[in-house]
Amino acid sequence: MSLTLQNVTKKAGAATHISDVSIELASGSLNVLLGPTLAGKTTLMRLMAGLEAPTSGRVLFDGKDVTGVPVQKRNVAMVYQQFINYPSLSVYENIASPLRVAGLAKAEIDTRVREAAALLRLEPMFGRTPLELSGGQQQRTALARALVKRAPLVLLDEPLANLDYKLREELREELPKIFSASGAVLVYATTEPSEALQLGGNTATLDRGRMTQFGRTIDVYRRPVDRITAETFSDPPMNFVSAEIGAGVARLPGDVVLPCRGPLSGLPDGPVTLGFRPNHLHLRRTDGDTASVHAKVAVVEITGSESFIHVRHPGGDWIALTHGVHELKPGSPVELYLDPHHMFVFGADDRLVAAPKPTAAAA
Amino acid sequence: MDKPFNNRAWFLVLPVFALVAFSAILPLMTVVNYSVQDTFGSNVFFWAGTDWYVQLLNSERFHQALGRQLMFSAIVLIIQIPLGVVIALCMPRKGWGVPVCLVLMALPLLIPWNVVGTIWQVFGRGDIGLLGYTLNRMGFSYNYVNDVGDAWLTIIAMDVWHWTSLVVLLAYAGLRSIPEAYYHAAQIDGASRWSVFRLIQLPKMKHVLIIAVLLRFMDSFMIYTEPFVLTGGGPGNSTTFLSIDLVKLALGQFDLGPAAAMSIVYFLVILLLSWVFYTVMTNDPDRQGGAA
Repeated sequence: MSLTLQNVTKKAGAATHISDVSIELASGSLNVLLGPTLAGKTTLMRLMAGLEAPTSGRVLFDGKDVTGVPVQKRNVAMVYQQFINYPSLSVYENIASPLRVAGLAKAEIDTRVREAAALLRLEPMFGRTPLELSGGQQQRTALARALVKRAPLVLLDEPLANLDYKLREELREELPKIFSASGAVLVYATTEPSEALQLGGNTATLDRGRMTQFGRTIDVYRRPVDRITAETFSDPPMNFVSAEIGAGVARLPGDVVLPCRGPLSGLPDGPVTLGFRPNHLHLRRTDGDTASVHAKVAVVEITGSESFIHVRHPGGDWIALTHGVHELKPGSPVELYLDPHHMFVFGADDRLVAAPKPTAAAA
Repeated sequence: MDKPFNNRAWFLVLPVFALVAFSAILPLMTVVNYSVQDTFGSNVFFWAGTDWYVQLLNSERFHQALGRQLMFSAIVLIIQIPLGVVIALCMPRKGWGVPVCLVLMALPLLIPWNVVGTIWQVFGRGDIGLLGYTLNRMGFSYNYVNDVGDAWLTIIAMDVWHWTSLVVLLAYAGLRSIPEAYYHAAQIDGASRWSVFRLIQLPKMKHVLIIAVLLRFMDSFMIYTEPFVLTGGGPGNSTTFLSIDLVKLALGQFDLGPAAAMSIVYFLVILLLSWVFYTVMTNDPDRQGGAA
């Protein structure tokens, strides 16, 4: 089964929630919708499911036009950020509920429920009601309900957002495996770039109702087509600075001069915007760091294995991500280092001009 | 080391003790005091022991009033709870209709109880009342003053009109707290309207409905003002509910001892029935069976 959206637009009153999205999702693929809150991820999923009809554009299942066909008549499964189960039914009955509605034979229902429950390790919970389960078990039940339908389209709307860190890691690893056997089109919405990278597959980045890019997750990460996509797909956010290319160097505010190497080489003279990820703003000089930057520490966030150092520089407010614990006093001066090989270059129209080579990015 | 013991802490709870003593315990003890003695006024008391209780529990009059009271509360609950839920389900979930509905629903609750009685007394009159006049013109012989059935119908209609809104407001609050995603999930499953009600809305409304049933039960069991204004307990004794009977006994006949005994029994009956309601409704047999 494949799902195709053609120029889908959704308006509500004067507001445009989804603007001219075209995308083709192949059978058995894992597709991540990545974007900040209110980017339109949920609306796009609702359009895919048929919970809402698009204002214009078409939705095709396997080439067949299903625009305007209500969700009941399609075979779709959806899991939400909130743990949605029937509160008065047992776990077993909850998982069986979509099959009972579909009118399957009792033996068939039992087989499928046990199969799904085994995958999600829910068998010991069969007799309990959702309120007697932990958050993780509740969401597992909701996932089992989606799985048991064997729907060709499975929509997961930030399914792990309400779980604690450990459960999230655990379920995130299992999820693609659980659904991959079904050959369904899997769509997964998230606000977290790291989640998209961990899931792999394809990623579509969304920004205010527009789809800015769609491709293999790793490709989108390495070559974001424009500044907005790069911002969406970087956590902590990418640092940006305006620069002037000329005479084989890039001049940044604060008398920083970068030699035009790597992505910067061969660029025409003129103004550009440079972007670099926080892990490439170094606190210690490493090989390839050709420019040093003098900045002031604004805030330091320490997570244990990493420190986020927010700094103020004439070129803008940046974040440096470094390993280990670094105690720096807010207001104190700090020297940071930059390597031109890690620079993303954006033109005046904010489109990507050059990106770091994958080998350099991986280094 | 010993824990430091501070006796001054008692002063902090003293106001609560005083408040509860004066507002609940002392008045109740006064009633208990009356219920075990006989008096003819002028502060002369004779010990009566449990005589009044025995007399009350064996009295035909009390049995009938209690029966009428139970019947009234049962009818009122059977009508108001489902009706309130249905109205709440029909109310709009958003838009300008919400405040309009809420204000309309709140109106009957804002009217003083004796005014409600007066409104229906006039409304039901055959000569000038809209309801009574219309019914009689349509060929029904309707007269709540003389006919027992008509008197009951009028009192029940009045109570439904007056109090269903409370159930509606509670049920509506319960419905509003259900996240939209539940409805979408049910829609994706292809669940019918009835399944959505039975599997999502009803379980989610359960707790507010328990409150609604308890409130409506206790209130209807204590009803006094409206039937007193409307029928005065008549025709005959047909709408003499417990509280009306109690007032007749205490103030009409000035039988303070029996009236005090009746107050205590009345109080215990409400307490007992409320407890039964609460235990039955909060005890979910499915759930216990499942967990076992």
